Amino acid sequence: MNFRQIAEAVMAASFADETEVLAMEQNESLTRFANNYIHQNVTERNVQITVRSVIETKIGIAVSNDVRPERLRELAIRAYDVAKLQPENPEFKGLPPPQALTSVKAFDGAVAECTPEQRAASVGIICRKAADRGCSAAGSMTTSSLNVGVANSKGVFAEHRFTLADESTVIMGQNSSGWAQRTGWQLAAVEAESLADEALSKVTMGADPVDFEPGEYAVVLDPYATADLLEMLAYDGMGALAVQEGRSWMNGRIGQRIMADNVSIIDDGMSTGGIPWPFDFEGVPKKVVPVVASGVAVSPVYDSFTAGREDGKQSTGHATPPSPQGRFGPAPMNLFLRAGSTSVEAMIKSTKFGLYITRFWYTRTVHPRDAVVTGMTRDGTFVIRDGEIAHPVKSLRFTQSYVEALKYAQAIGETTRVLRSGFGGAVSVPAVKLAKFRFTSSTR
Amino acid sequence: MKEFISHALDVAKAKGARYADIRIIDHREQVVTVKNGNVDGIGDQYSQGFGIRVLVGNSWGFASSAYVAMAEIERVATLAVKIAKASATVPGEDVNLGSSVTSTGQYTTPIEVDPFSISLEQKLDLLFRADEILRRNSGVKVSEANAIAIRNHKFFSNTEGALVEQIIYEGGGAIAATAVSETEVQIRSHPNSFRYQGTSGWEYVTNADLVGNAERVAAEAVALLSADVCPSKETTLILDSSQLALQIHESCGHPTELDRVFGTEAAFAGRSFLTTEKRNKFRYGSDIVNLTADSVRATGLGTFGWDDEGVPASSTPLVRNGEFVGYLMSRETASKLALESNGCMRADGWNRIPLIRMTNVSLEPGTWELDDIIADTEDGIFMETNRSWSIDDMRLNFQFGTEIGYEIERGKRGRLLKNCTYTGITPDFWKSCDAIGNSRHWRLWGTPNCGKGEPMQTMGTGHGASPARFRNVKVGVFR
Repeated sequence: MNFRQIAEAVMAASFADETEVLAMEQNESLTRFANNYIHQNVTERNVQITVRSVIETKIGIAVSNDVRPERLRELAIRAYDVAKLQPENPEFKGLPPPQALTSVKAFDGAVAECTPEQRAASVGIICRKAADRGCSAAGSMTTSSLNVGVANSKGVFAEHRFTLADESTVIMGQNSSGWAQRTGWQLAAVEAESLADEALSKVTMGADPVDFEPGEYAVVLDPYATADLLEMLAYDGMGALAVQEGRSWMNGRIGQRIMADNVSIIDDGMSTGGIPWPFDFEGVPKKVVPVVASGVAVSPVYDSFTAGREDGKQSTGHATPPSPQGRFGPAPMNLFLRAGSTSVEAMIKSTKFGLYITRFWYTRTVHPRDAVVTGMTRDGTFVIRDGEIAHPVKSLRFTQSYVEALKYAQAIGETTRVLRSGFGGAVSVPAVKLAKFRFTSSTR
Repeated sequence: MKEFISHALDVAKAKGARYADIRIIDHREQVVTVKNGNVDGIGDQYSQGFGIRVLVGNSWGFASSAYVAMAEIERVATLAVKIAKASATVPGEDVNLGSSVTSTGQYTTPIEVDPFSISLEQKLDLLFRADEILRRNSGVKVSEANAIAIRNHKFFSNTEGALVEQIIYEGGGAIAATAVSETEVQIRSHPNSFRYQGTSGWEYVTNADLVGNAERVAAEAVALLSADVCPSKETTLILDSSQLALQIHESCGHPTELDRVFGTEAAFAGRSFLTTEKRNKFRYGSDIVNLTADSVRATGLGTFGWDDEGVPASSTPLVRNGEFVGYLMSRETASKLALESNGCMRADGWNRIPLIRMTNVSLEPGTWELDDIIADTEDGIFMETNRSWSIDDMRLNFQFGTEIGYEIERGKRGRLLKNCTYTGITPDFWKSCDAIGNSRHWRLWGTPNCGKGEPMQTMGTGHGASPARFRNVKVGVFR
């Protein structure tokens, strides 16, 4: 059954005032390796159909992965029955009307047709390179093809087919490790040779790390670490629901200069520089949203529900999938930190004393209003002294406001890297140099 | 169903598998969430499908599909073998699964009230009542109440002759109040942060008394806005049992997962400091620290009849009188230590392979009354209900935050404290434990959101604990 047939079957069975059908069809394969061999190798074929039934301002949701016609009819009826039970919710202003959509190419047949043998060949390169150096590699390669369709009874009909390829590795030496990752919608975006070489270079640089006293230091962050800044800021409050509930770092800061003027963060779903999606999970076209422009907090992103709560607001096309578990709220899925003009080498050269960091690990919010986050450095932390990498140090724990960190952004990298994001989209990020970053403890 | 199962295993064997198993699962989940007097989310989720895991030579393959039909089973079994053969091009060590697993039987979670027999109207009524009480306090910006019911019906069979059928029920519910000032956000939850769940019927929600606790939760959230900030110092720390449950999860449960120890989670979930030479030779905690993994305790989120390799539920000591003695194991990893699996392989759905996961990892009760622990503490802080958590990839350096805290001064609970955090190194922390509450204070909590594996799997785990005291802990990491 294709998406149009699924949507028509649900619509035909629905008694609701308004009905929405979201179908996400997925073919995903993942080859996982550790200790220089493939230990897990999986594939999945699934479809998830979510029906929202609206009776006046009441919404019922039903979710299933059964596409048989009689089951689709039952799904529509279940969502309707759930909606009937509720009191009115005057904050809900209805499903969004249709808008003109622009298609964007994000499908690569080479990803969709990638075989287990091809994935094995790619990760095999990493494993052999690691073994040749007496190291141990772990990681994974994912190839996915997805078809997302949204239709509603007001006339929305949106369908987007796209692919995703991602490969990452941590390579471990005697007492050091290195990390590298590649993401893209084209298979050519993941290239095992350079991936292994990058991780191995950090293994070599990081050998025999020493203890290091926690404190406040200048830092140069590789794009992997920068990605965490954007993802946690997104999680802690780039969505309008968080702002409306008073738990966002943007509360009380919109219109204010809160970061350095070289910091501009935008969400751009149509940019082919990331993993483009032309519309959100309500079928609303994605608008370009400047979240932070030249250091000034501008706006969170909206879906139709949060836009309906504010006079004159329109959805920016950032709805997340509806869920019986409650509204997660709108979220940016295609974030870009605008590149600057400084190379990582120049950032290091300009640093009298500081730390060069590969990536952050297990980061969690401590205080959401200031986006205070704690986490560890991992897979390569190095002391910079007098403009040069002096020596590696053991991983450090930081506890730091990410808003404040970007207030002290002294330089932004000249090139960006696309990385798969926790929101199901991607971030495009350069390296950054921050004048201050607070480390609170160390590990063994 | 048996016809599907037999066909899948026959095809896998015919294509070259020396071992194969299949899981067929029908999952139903019903969630109701109320927020600020409105329904925030409500509905049913159904998912069905099957997954076939095969071992060809010494390489694994797995394929799954939502389409439970004979032709699809044949396609998926064939694909699983093809994938395993591709794995063999980047080969590893020989795989030994140990003794054959030939379990047969049926298991159903013992419940008093089927959570699906409670109508959505009844569930909404309960949640609206609790939510309304939360909102009576004008200082509450966001009020939330939720309830969840899960029914997981699964069949497992393997080429060694195992065939088991299980129906696992989960029930749960919780409330939370968020208070907001110009500069900060404070939250209080009951009975626990995240969702509060157990393998149980609707009685689990009833016993949580959401309505009876709503007024207190709202008042505490608002009071926290004007409370003093947790001081920065090294002091005595007393943890309530729910926060201690997460401490156990992160600093004992995860590092005793034997797949981490063997490095197979290195790139994602991380490794472990509890390497194999430490078993029976490493002081993990003080003499009073006894930690157990079990899959048999009533209401635990890690309680079942058999794991997803068909191994029967069991109980295993992990730390005995402070000494590290045991791991959470699969058939393959246990055989590397010349042991038998203790049944810890679990998958979060038909479309995922089983991984070593915590079952119910618990701190056994001590001898103290909580009041006596406090009375015996000259200077310290009592912390309650998790708010943030982070730990390094070897499971050594951790930092936790709690929703609420109280100063302990000369044996008495004193002023309210907010933004409480503490940090430490796992074995140092557990070696500093000098008092554990007795069985009257012991409670089995559920952690329904444990993430591990690629593709990511979310698993429910159980953790029992009484309140306990730890000396010389660094608190107030970020003021």
